[in-house]
Formats: sequence, C-alpha cells, structure tokens
Amino acid sequence: MELTNENVLGKIISEFGEENIWDAYNPDGIMTFTTNRETIVNLITYLRDDKELQISFLTTMCGIHYPEQKGKELCVMYQLHSLRHNYRVRIKVFIPGSDPVMPTMTGVYATTNWMEREAFDFYGIIFKGHPNLTRILNIEEMEYHPMLKQYPLEDRTREDKIDTYFGR
Amino acid sequence: MATENKTAELTEIEQFRKDHGLALQDEQQLTTLNLGPTHPATHGIFQNILQMDGEKIVDAVPTIGYIHRAFEKIAERRPFYQITPLTDRMNYCSSPINNMGYHMTVEKLLGITIPKRAQYIRVIMMELARISDHLICNSILGVDSGAFTGFLYVMQERENIYDIYEEVCGARLTTNMGRIGGMERDLSPKALHLIGEFLKRFPKVWAEFEKMMTRNRIFMDRTTDVGAISAERALSYGFTGPNLRAAGVDYDVRVMNPYSSYEDFEFDIPVGSKGDTYDRFLVRNEEVWQSLRIIEQAYKNLPEGSYHADAPHYYLPPKQEVYTNMEALIYHFKIVMGETDAPKGEVYHSVEGGNGELGFYLISDGGRTPYRLHFRRPCFIYYQAYTEMIKGGQLADAILTLSSLNVIAGELDA
Repeated sequence: MELTNENVLGKIISEFGEENIWDAYNPDGIMTFTTNRETIVNLITYLRDDKELQISFLTTMCGIHYPEQKGKELCVMYQLHSLRHNYRVRIKVFIPGSDPVMPTMTGVYATTNWMEREAFDFYGIIFKGHPNLTRILNIEEMEYHPMLKQYPLEDRTREDKIDTYFGR
Repeated sequence: MATENKTAELTEIEQFRKDHGLALQDEQQLTTLNLGPTHPATHGIFQNILQMDGEKIVDAVPTIGYIHRAFEKIAERRPFYQITPLTDRMNYCSSPINNMGYHMTVEKLLGITIPKRAQYIRVIMMELARISDHLICNSILGVDSGAFTGFLYVMQERENIYDIYEEVCGARLTTNMGRIGGMERDLSPKALHLIGEFLKRFPKVWAEFEKMMTRNRIFMDRTTDVGAISAERALSYGFTGPNLRAAGVDYDVRVMNPYSSYEDFEFDIPVGSKGDTYDRFLVRNEEVWQSLRIIEQAYKNLPEGSYHADAPHYYLPPKQEVYTNMEALIYHFKIVMGETDAPKGEVYHSVEGGNGELGFYLISDGGRTPYRLHFRRPCFIYYQAYTEMIKGGQLADAILTLSSLNVIAGELDA
C-alpha cells in the first residue's frame, strides 16, 4: 500500500479511536498529530509491528517547553520513519508541567534510553519504567533543568542587549 | 587497581558499583578499569568505567557530557545566521556538512530555492568533508591497531582538503561555510584548481592506503568479528550511516530523501554484511571512492549561474557588496541586528553526515530566533550501543570498536 498522510491517519484513528488522536496537521510534509500519554507506547508499538505500515525506525525524540500553554506546558516529540516506504510521521504528547510523567519507550526502541535521559536532563520529564533515569549531559548535582524557558541564557541584569536599543 | 574482599562496610569502589547497578563481586575477582575521560585511544572526552575479568570486559558504564556546550540552549537565543558557528563545532571532522545541513533546514523553513550552481558547490564541499571524515576514521583505526604510517600518509591529504576549505571560506577546521541562501562567495579559480588537483592526486594515495590495510593479515585478525552488531539491533538502536550500512541495511539519506541535487549524480551505496569493525572499515573505504565519483561529476558539470538565492532578507550579503552597495548595506544591518523574523513553522531536515543521518528539527514561533532547535546527532545514538558491542570482548577490541564507530565527542555531547 502506498503510504499517504490520509490513509495512515485513517488507519491509526480506526485502531486507536478519535478520542486519542487529534490535531493532525502537516507542517513540512511530515504528518504531525497529537496523542495522550496513555496511548503513546501502544501506538508506537503498533506502528512498528503493523505489516502494512512498518514505521519501525525511531529517528529522534526530544522535549519542548511551552510555558504559556496552561496544563500542556511540556511536549515530547517522537519522529518515526518507515525505511521501507520512506514515510515519516511525527507524534507529539503534551503533558502538564506540574505532572511531567511519561511512559518509557525503552521496551520498544533501544535508542530511546539515552534520548529519554536527555529529555529528563533538559526538561525534567520523568519517564516511568526507565532502567536508569539519571542526568546524561549535565552534572548530577545540577538542581534545575536548563532547557526550560524560565532559565534565560543570559544574565537578566544585563542592560546592553535589551530590545529597546535595537528598535524592537 | 584490584578490589579488596567484601567487608561489612562498602569500599568506595563497591559503593560505586552499587550506585551504578553493577554486580558486587563475591567470588569473581573483577577489576575496575577507568578508560577515559582523557585517554588517547578514546579520540575525545568520554569516560568508560569497565568491569574487567582478566582481559575480558564484563560490564561497562559510559559517562558522557564532558564537552557539552548547551548548543540547543544557545540556539534559542541567537538569530538564525549566528547558529552556523555552533553547528560546525559538533562533528568537527566534517564541519561543512553540518553547516549546510543547518542552512538547508532554515531554507526549508523560509521556502527559499537555491540556484543549481550553489547546490553543486555544496555537494562538492559536503563530499570533500565526507572524505576527510572517513579518512580520519579509517586511518585512526589503523593507528589503534598499531599502523601509524598510513595515518600520517593520508593526513597530508586531509591538509589538502583543508586548503580547499580555506580557499572557499577562509577557515580550515570550524568552517562556517555558506550562508542561509547559498554560499558566501563563488568558487575562485584557485579553489577550482585545488579541487582539480585533489581529484588527480587523491585516488593514488587512497589506493595505496587501501593496499596497506584492507588485506593486511594483522589488521584483518584484529578487526574481523570484533564489535559486531546485527542489523536488527542496529535499527533498534537507531544506527544510520556507514555503521548501519556495514550491518547490511542500505539506508542512505542522499538516496532516500535527496537534497541539494544529489539525484543528479550517480553513485553506489556500499553495504556490509556482518556489521563488525572490518565491515565498517570497508564501507567507509568504499564511500570515499563513491564520494570522489560524486565530486568528479559535480566538478565537471558545474552549472553557470548565481552562487546564492535571491533572498535579501535572509542572505547575508558579501562584505564587498556591503561596502559598495546601498541595498546590501541596509539588508546587512537588518540581518545582523536580528530584525528579520522567520515565518512560523516547524521543519525537520536531515543530511547524510559523515557519521549518519544528521537531522535538524526546528520550530519557529515567528521570532528572530528559533523557538526550539534539536539536533539529531548520530554519535549520540551510536555510543549507547557501545556497551552492548564490547561486552564479552577484550579491552583492545573495545578500543578498535570505538574507533570504527567514529564517535566524535563534539557531536556526542553537542
């Protein structure tokens, strides 16, 4: 079967129901949709094992922080690739910043082990069931998660780079 | 550093083992060996705490992050054109590929089309970078197995490639090559001459290097069946590039999702079978020949035309024009002051880097800086599998496995 965004999405929705798959759009040719954390592991396992789809290569995953979205502050993005059909799909899961818990994907893809550690390190997302969820790139003693938007890169007391000077 | 017998109080080493989930030995006399962070054979800064049973590796705990420079965080505070210097510090053996991969990602976001000539120049530069990356990797593999001469011999050629870089962009290692929208300058006659000379001279050098290594009895004994990984495990670990092709999966970004006119060129994808160190060596060797083929085709058929796209709002104009042309001065000022906003959007673009699929995931919220830029770094993915690959092997094999994986610390940590 020729994989197109429509029939892949139809297949996924018929498998998991419309209440679990929403916000499908196509920003750069890669179909992107949102699901919830209860569905994500089953969904990615299904995409991997389905004989027709064979979307069985996890290209990358990362965290994103949207502080202004109340109740959906953190996002985890998974991007998968079907090497057989050369078809990519991107799946997002939004989780509240007060409860940053995600199920681990290490049972499905070995590669997610370090990627999840990186997401934990940068964003504080806790992956339930991860075999060794420790910081990976930053030191263990670090007390915050540096990629969150509330930690600006530059010293806030600096005055020489404020937007006013640049006409912004 | 042999460990003591177990006492009521845990020794420091035993406490470490307990903390890292390593077995506390009862009868077996294990040795803890600290390989790294600054060991000459690790080619970079990463630590491996090995549990050795004699010469055999029982377990390994890798620690990374020694050269973590928070590029993803820095990128969120910089205008798009200022992120280029960050990218070439990732895989510093093939900087132009990173630069151009990033530029293509931003061009995808902006919807800019690049003229053919600029695309061909990019292809030439990317393939030169691939050659320099592979020749470093393969010759260092020789050094790690005890053959120093080949390394010195091909290193001269890497210098020649760096001369070409210098002629094209002014820098040798951290190249900052190209601009969003094309190249910063056209290929000068001298650069064309240097590339032509390189194409004449390099095949002889590489053939000689191959002659020394490929069928060398000692080298084959040291590398065959060492650090092997099956295709299935490699895919589960997310391997791409030469290391995945050595395991027998012919996935190449240049063929599957062609970018920058790669569809115009004829080249083959070398594929291994066993996924061991020797296969990885052979795949990289063959890729050098294929890269030479691509450069020859691009060099012969270099189209006429402009070397950059007509995108004044994003293309940083050449300095000479800034000094002589009013529009260029205005646009230069606007770009440098970060007054040009990118459109809202979300793109992923990947290129075939020296090590595998180098991907850039970029989210723009319509501001002058990316909202989020994530690098899909192949080395970060390879190094996870390293523990699995060296278990049960010998220490000397672990060194060779690491060399053949070609893990670059800058890309590993970003």
